[in-house]
Amino acid sequence: MKNLWRVLPFSLILLLLAGCGKQNLTALDPRGPVAEMQYSLIILSLLIMIFVIVVVAAIYIYVLIRFREKPGDNHIPKQVEGNKNLEIIWTAIPIVLLLILAVPNVMDTFTLAETEPDEDSLVIEVTGHQFWWEFEYPDLGITAGQDVYIPTDTRIIFDLEASDVIHSFWVPALAGKQDNVPGITNSLWLEAPEEGVYQGKCTELCGESHWLMDFKVIAVDPDTFEAWAQGMAEPEAELSEPTGDVAAEGREVYEENCLSCHAVGGEGGNPQGGPDLTNFAEREVIAGFIEWDAEDGDALENWIREPQDYKPGNNMPAFGHEAIDEDEMDSLLEYLDTLRVLDSE
Amino acid sequence: MSQAYAKKSVLWDWLTTVDHKKIGILYLAAGGFFFALGGLEAMLMRIQLMFPELGFVSEQTFNELLTMHGTTMIFLAAMPLLFGFMNYIVPLQIGARDVAFPFLNSLGFWLFFFGGVLLNLSWFLGGAPDAGWTAYTPLSSAYSGTGIDYYVLGLQISGIGTLIAGINFLVTIINMRAPGMSMMRMPLFTWSSFVASALILFAFPALTVGLLLLMFERLFGATYFAVEMGGNVVIWQHLFWIFGHPEVYILILPAFGIFSEVLATFSKKRLFGYSAMVFATLIIGFLGFMVWAHHMFTVGIGPVANAIFAVATMAIAVPTGIKIFNWLFTMWGGRIQFTTANLFAIGFIPSFVMGGVTGIMLATSAANYQFHDTYFVVAHFHYVIIGGVVLGLFSGAFYWWPRMFGYKLNETLGKWFFWLFLFGFHLTFFVQHFVGLMGMPRRVASYLPGQGLDSLNLISTVGAFFMAFAFILFAVNVVVSVKNKSEADPWDGRTLEWGIPSPTPEYNFAQTPLVRELDPLWYEKMHGNGKLKAAEPLDDIHMPNGSILPIIMSFGLFVAAFGLIYLVHPVTIIGLLITLVCMFVRSIKEDHGYHIHKEDIQNEEGAG
Repeated sequence: MKNLWRVLPFSLILLLLAGCGKQNLTALDPRGPVAEMQYSLIILSLLIMIFVIVVVAAIYIYVLIRFREKPGDNHIPKQVEGNKNLEIIWTAIPIVLLLILAVPNVMDTFTLAETEPDEDSLVIEVTGHQFWWEFEYPDLGITAGQDVYIPTDTRIIFDLEASDVIHSFWVPALAGKQDNVPGITNSLWLEAPEEGVYQGKCTELCGESHWLMDFKVIAVDPDTFEAWAQGMAEPEAELSEPTGDVAAEGREVYEENCLSCHAVGGEGGNPQGGPDLTNFAEREVIAGFIEWDAEDGDALENWIREPQDYKPGNNMPAFGHEAIDEDEMDSLLEYLDTLRVLDSE
Repeated sequence: MSQAYAKKSVLWDWLTTVDHKKIGILYLAAGGFFFALGGLEAMLMRIQLMFPELGFVSEQTFNELLTMHGTTMIFLAAMPLLFGFMNYIVPLQIGARDVAFPFLNSLGFWLFFFGGVLLNLSWFLGGAPDAGWTAYTPLSSAYSGTGIDYYVLGLQISGIGTLIAGINFLVTIINMRAPGMSMMRMPLFTWSSFVASALILFAFPALTVGLLLLMFERLFGATYFAVEMGGNVVIWQHLFWIFGHPEVYILILPAFGIFSEVLATFSKKRLFGYSAMVFATLIIGFLGFMVWAHHMFTVGIGPVANAIFAVATMAIAVPTGIKIFNWLFTMWGGRIQFTTANLFAIGFIPSFVMGGVTGIMLATSAANYQFHDTYFVVAHFHYVIIGGVVLGLFSGAFYWWPRMFGYKLNETLGKWFFWLFLFGFHLTFFVQHFVGLMGMPRRVASYLPGQGLDSLNLISTVGAFFMAFAFILFAVNVVVSVKNKSEADPWDGRTLEWGIPSPTPEYNFAQTPLVRELDPLWYEKMHGNGKLKAAEPLDDIHMPNGSILPIIMSFGLFVAAFGLIYLVHPVTIIGLLITLVCMFVRSIKEDHGYHIHKEDIQNEEGAG
């Protein structure tokens, strides 16, 4: 116990230094009503538990100091059988404390389960794959991979499914998680009042690259969302028929090598394939986690050449030089850089 | 006849023994070995997580490590180590000469041992299981390699052993108590062993069924968990947790029992609120079966089920709180001696309270959506299992070591061990509560830099090294203390096991003792001549013969498992035949045991 008290301040100081984790990831800095509801429940339970700890610690410390064996003390303590009143007290008080926690918990549990869509809500179907995320907007007829755009101040309902193993959909800053279970559809709702990019993670062990199964929830104002959805639904002609010569060549490379798995503008792809690439050049990261710069294609080329080195166990085959030579790769990268729906150059 | 028995070789004696004391020591040795192995696996994981994107082990290896660490620690370390104490101590505490079924006792041990060996052989035969100790389908049924087959069959075989051991303890405690040892005079360790055994009886069949389904799915193409064939992957989770949650109490209740013994002994007071403690143990055991779905709040079982299981889970805090306060008031007014055994018990109280309160936080279903499957959960269950079970095991080790091995562990080394271990433990796991809430899922093979997770993970790994170093001190202590011969009752004990000579005679009690009160030895010290009263005249003692059959029977199943894993049917059949032939031999061969003669007992007791 003495050690615990020595460790506590030490760790608390470090925690202060580290803040409460990275904003837009941590659950300790909630950015939406659902995460706030859960955060306040966490704080309530924490307060009750600190009260319990303080009571136990007080008795504990008193007992250890007061009744420790002193040198030369050989007395035989009174053999007390018990005390009925004390037993009643330490049975009744915890029950009251638990009720204080249980009642709001039951209410919140039901509130969080209210996932029936109404006219103002937006439904997004989420499918977890080893090891990436697919987001379908059934009302808008669009599909996105890895990054899910949502309008701010709108009730978003995520319907969660999985195509292979169980995954779990977690955006700590916005809401707690629900599992993507094959054969079952679970739902959760959340709202993002502020614009921002929120980090999402898979929290159910799903295979080798479980730790890399990240995604992003991108909350934008409703107008931008409208523009984005339109861009996704009706990709500009240049997406399928790019104007630049190099990019046009790249498009051919793409059609030959990539299209059977990765759709662009609703064309191509297959149910066992990979993420939709319609807005690929707007992603902050490749494959959910690789930092890159759309201008400098090295990171992307490395990924296409040896995807298993980065994300072992994923379904993307390696494209060596015999499949895509240097020139073809350059044009492919050029083409991929044109895949934008918001800030089309 | 006893002479002939004594002349057999030491190795043969240990392989064939049906003596509960030797089997207890075998459990401790095998459990200790697996504990070291599981600890090594934990250290490799902590090294990997020391810095972001470290690449010390591959993702695949990491998933195998996390699966084997959990499986090993629960099934092959914690439970067998507790069984070691239960085997050795429970018969002594109730004044019995052995367990009810000595042959089955040996069979239970060897089944556990061969199951554990089978599971660990997977490391060398195509890779260890990699789907987590919970082996959720369909990852385990359709997306993992042979490792899972070793998991299924290894756990199935060792699970039979556990079930046998549980039944044996139940029958022993019900039937073999000495005259006067009523249920409400049983020491708390015996009580908690009794309740834990009852939990084993009801919980393990659920695991057996689950493993059987998984085995049929993987080996023979059944489709219980194949969604495309109309299967349901959540069935596995229900079966697993209907077993898995009571399993937690199977581990923690005997540890509670150890603390009750240790705290009473070293406070020089009888246990405060004995009947409340017994009642709380029973309630915890009962509620343990009512709460399994709190592991599944995010699976989508609906708000009604979530709310019910949340409240039921919170209810467990009440009997657990009763226990904590009764321990505190056992020390209240006592004369507390800070022996190493008692330090572990005293260190347990705040550590376990920490694990308990985070348990209530996790039971809060709406907040659980944030906690679930993050490092918060990892922190919680390590506070419960290390702060509860492992501290209990070490407390029990220091307390009963003189009884079991005839020598006392060094107290100075022991106290160093205690402080380093406790410090390392809190350093490792306290920060993990925050790591989880800051966005780190559990079972991740690494983490990316720049997410605010780096420094706390480093602290956690440093703490793990403290624990590893402390454990080495314990191993050293076991070796260097051998010459530290102990008297029969070194702690001024209260219960029957301290009333017999040291080293413990193979027949335990020359005469079955007469129990006149709770804490019978203490009662005789206060109200009698300090020696146990005999309930019978000195006479020849009937003892069971040893047998090599349990080890061969277990080996047969071990062989059959290989046949199943690789679908080589002749091997399966040969293995099963070995087991069946042994069962047949055991059934028809008459074995009347042997007698230890009165004169030999008198000689030995006189010398002791």
